Amino acid sequence: MNWNIILTIAMKDLREVRANKMAWMPALIVPLIFVVVMPLLLIVGPQLLPIPAEELNREMGDLDAMMNALPPDLLAQIRGLQGLQIWIVLLAGFMFAPMFLIIPLMLASVVGSESFVGERERKTLEALLYTPATDRELFLGKVVAAVVPAVLITLFSFAAYTLVVNVSAYPVMGRVWFPLVTWWPLVLWVAPAIATLGMAASVLISSRVSSFMEAYQSTGMLVLPLLFLMIGQITGLISLSVVFMLGLGGIIWGIDAVLLYLGVAQFKRAELIARL
Amino acid sequence: MSAVIECDSVVKQFGALKAIDGLTFSVEAGEVFGMLGPNGAGKTTMVRLINGLLAASGGRLRTLGFDPITQGDRVRAHTGVLTETPSLYERFSARDNLLLFGRLYHVAPEKLTGRVDAVLRDLGLAERARDKVGGYSKGMKQRLAIARALLHEPQILFLDEPTAGLDPEAARHVTDLIEKLSREGGRTVLLATHNLTEAQRLCDRVAVLNQGRALAVGTPAQLSRDLWRSTWLDVELRGVNGGAPTDRLLAQVRAVPMVKAAAMEGHSLSLQVESEEAIPQMVAHLVRLGAQIVRVNPREHTLEEIYFALQEQAEKAV
Ligand SMILES: Nc1ncnc2c1ncn2[C@@H]1O[C@H](COP(=O)(O)OP(=O)(O)OP(=O)(O)O)[C@@H](O)[C@H]1O
Ligand SMILES: [Mg+2]
Repeated sequence: MNWNIILTIAMKDLREVRANKMAWMPALIVPLIFVVVMPLLLIVGPQLLPIPAEELNREMGDLDAMMNALPPDLLAQIRGLQGLQIWIVLLAGFMFAPMFLIIPLMLASVVGSESFVGERERKTLEALLYTPATDRELFLGKVVAAVVPAVLITLFSFAAYTLVVNVSAYPVMGRVWFPLVTWWPLVLWVAPAIATLGMAASVLISSRVSSFMEAYQSTGMLVLPLLFLMIGQITGLISLSVVFMLGLGGIIWGIDAVLLYLGVAQFKRAELIARL
Repeated sequence: MSAVIECDSVVKQFGALKAIDGLTFSVEAGEVFGMLGPNGAGKTTMVRLINGLLAASGGRLRTLGFDPITQGDRVRAHTGVLTETPSLYERFSARDNLLLFGRLYHVAPEKLTGRVDAVLRDLGLAERARDKVGGYSKGMKQRLAIARALLHEPQILFLDEPTAGLDPEAARHVTDLIEKLSREGGRTVLLATHNLTEAQRLCDRVAVLNQGRALAVGTPAQLSRDLWRSTWLDVELRGVNGGAPTDRLLAQVRAVPMVKAAAMEGHSLSLQVESEEAIPQMVAHLVRLGAQIVRVNPREHTLEEIYFALQEQAEKAV
């Protein structure tokens, strides 16, 4: 295995994605919305509304009943807080967590679809197959192209989010409170697993569709489980605790392993050339 | 001379279809070998098998002494392939395409830009080297794809229908180029084509294929002899015994046992003999009959005639 070759292929795939605005624009705009636009709207917005603090506290107090149904982890986090503070912690600290996973998912599946299907669509694969690069090297190059930037941009988004949330909530919270402990396994363990999932899914789908758009849309289905995660959390069915995150990540890595195994088995020159 | 490609009873099956059906031939180092055959004959499939992109279903294949399936990377490091479609990254410039493939073909980093510039120059693309390939004409793309195939100075160059879809001028340009390439530096070239004029001009030996089988393998002259078992000679005469050529001479020639047929028009005499070996004897005979010979031309069958004769035979055999 030659890492020079693997990186050459990865860089090539990323350059191709860069040349396709239709592919990367949505993949960058989504993180931007999550990281900047939504927190600002939902954190700064209420601060600007002319609602007297007492009224807000009363409103949130009415929610006591519902909040007692919240998982203990969560309750512990908001105990002693009031009004807008609770709103901010619940929203920016918990509700956004599953949505954050959309970032690695989208980025990895955009690049994965581009490099696995796009290459066939544009009829460039054959020349690549005639090079001395082994099947394994070609495959890994594409995996690196899809997963590494997705993880890096997720980390970068996380840093930006931390900054935006802390700064915009400072007048209310009066301290640096983010990230909550659950975010560490989310960003460092679950997000890479999700990025790998998005990539592995696009590999498997790539043999069944003929265009980048088709592949991208199919991998978009993976957003659904993330929505369930969010709904589950709102309804109190799931609590995104550290243990839950570790378990969730473990399960996703398990699925990744199976999908990648299938992907590698399928990524053989003889198969690829016959399907050109 | 040693064989750089050896195919022995190679079979390639796609489901029920036998795309290659027991093909045997070998390609010697330094020669230009043509694979001729109609659409679907199996030319592209053979190029893929020889380079280890497909696994044969049967038979034995060796490329540069390697097994293309288990040692495909070693085979491909020494082969360059012009594929049927140019298969270029159209969003990149010509230069970037070549730099990319240079790395993938393990061209030494310190030699890479020099090689890239050299092939761009050789193929007349230096001026447009930084333009996106998407904006290139078909002929330019084809030349760039040839440049890519040559970049790592491969021992064997495969050209799969190099002039298909090009206008006559671009096709001519590409053919000239291939001729130049095959002459320099003892490179082996395997040309897959159904363009017979091109093959006639370029190939030392050919394999005529049909439905995955070799109808014949050899030099055009060998194939011609095998097919017709005779050679036509065009003899130009100044005269006979000091006078003009006469019908009497024609009659005498026809009477010679080794002559199968003869005709005369003015000063040119055409006659059919059994083989090329008979030519010296025939010439001696003519001299004895008093013919003053200016020129003797063994008439060669064109590759096109050979090709169609072979394909016709194959059809009759079915
Ligand atoms: N992947 C494949 N699956 C099924 N059949 C195939 C496949 N590849 C080639 N074939 C069949 O094998 C036969 C040989 O095809 P091949 O492309 O090698 O012919 P060719 O001589 O290159 O033809 P052309 O002049 O049209 O390029 C054809 O009948 C073709 O349909
Ligand atoms: Mg072909």
